[in-house]
Amino acid sequence: MQELLSEYLPILVFIGIAVGLSAVIIIASLVLAKQAPDVEKLSAYECGFAPFEDARIKFDVRFYLVAILFIIFDLEVAFLFPWAVTLGDIGTFGFVSMVIFLAVLTVGFIYEWKKGALEWE
Amino acid sequence: MELLWDGYIEPLVWIVAKILAIVVPLLVAVAYLTYAERKVIGAIQLRKGPNVVGPFGLLQPLADGLKLFLKETIIPTSANKGVFIIAPMLTFILAIIAWAVIPFDEGMVLADLNVGILYLFAISSLGVYGIVMAGWASNSKYAFLGALRSGAQMVSYEISIGLIIISVLLTTGSLNLSDIVRGQIGGVWEWNFVYHFPMFIVFIVSILAETNRAPFDLPEAEAELVSGYNVDYSAMTFALFFLGEYANMILMSGLCAVLFLGGWTAPLPFLDFIPGAIWFILKICFVLFIFLWVRATFPRYRYDQLMRLGWKIFLPLSFAWVMLVATFLVVFDKVPA
Repeated sequence: MQELLSEYLPILVFIGIAVGLSAVIIIASLVLAKQAPDVEKLSAYECGFAPFEDARIKFDVRFYLVAILFIIFDLEVAFLFPWAVTLGDIGTFGFVSMVIFLAVLTVGFIYEWKKGALEWE
Repeated sequence: MELLWDGYIEPLVWIVAKILAIVVPLLVAVAYLTYAERKVIGAIQLRKGPNVVGPFGLLQPLADGLKLFLKETIIPTSANKGVFIIAPMLTFILAIIAWAVIPFDEGMVLADLNVGILYLFAISSLGVYGIVMAGWASNSKYAFLGALRSGAQMVSYEISIGLIIISVLLTTGSLNLSDIVRGQIGGVWEWNFVYHFPMFIVFIVSILAETNRAPFDLPEAEAELVSGYNVDYSAMTFALFFLGEYANMILMSGLCAVLFLGGWTAPLPFLDFIPGAIWFILKICFVLFIFLWVRATFPRYRYDQLMRLGWKIFLPLSFAWVMLVATFLVVFDKVPA
């Protein structure tokens, strides 16, 4: 346990330093540089005229689909990580079970391909 | 007092010293990567590139940094201020803490985690948050669309990167980055890119897309989205995005060197007398040069082509390669113990 903690301590310290560094960079610039805000300057960028509606508009559903598909395939990758390093221990049985799992996923992938979920025209 | 110093403070001081030894050269490297980029692209286009500030323009990145530092920090009134400030910080933080597990030489690594590659994969996956948060918090249409595109692009290519990492893991049998490099000791013909050559190419293209670099720089397509997710950022908040993006490029080049180009190992055994860290840096520079070369050579992709390449070509290809490698290893009983 002690050893495990000492392995991860440098990362914790690193995160602390990184947070501190980025905060210092922003704050130092805020303090040292001349700030002269006005209403026009602080409005959201919009090629020459005042923005007349909220920017959080409806967006294409395909972005949502990509996010869903990403979750499925990224989980698959997460499953494969431990499988890949222990393949020597779990042998043919482990290999075949993973092949079955991946075959099911492949069927799903072909289905979504044929359904046109991957089309961006 | 003695106990406190030996037990807690001294190790902590060492850790901080090591972290600074990573962060400071990294930031200098980022500064000079921007210089190298302009010089290389200048040379490719038969121009001189920056040559006014200092000898050969060598002080140009410092001048640019100083200029950005003295600019006014603009936070739009319609923005979500907290998230607006956190987004660039997050991008920057994630881009530098990933370096904790990169081995520069045998034993020369801040945290030699046994799940190093998993840590790296996790941190680089989080990178998309900085961009999506920036696009959302800006409350500007260009930033919003840029962030959407960028997010979809990064997650799409992350899958093929993950699968490629897995095919390398299959032949290495360890998640530890130092072990992955140790598996490639013995010269250039032992390096993974020889065995995984198609995946090496796919990996290079994927990291171009993952870091939003040309020819996949659609999120910041100047002609239509002005600058994408960071259009409303100025001064140091913009600089943090910039630093994070370039630090990510160097990180991905480092990952490429570790996975495929033998990390710190010498290309020929008799060149072993040169320190490993130098080989590692040379390999990073080589991959970075490919980044710049590609940018100067290829026109920008269209978004539908980009998504087709990621989902319909790279994903099946890297998936098939994982199956091929695993089947080969199991059938011929060559699985690393």
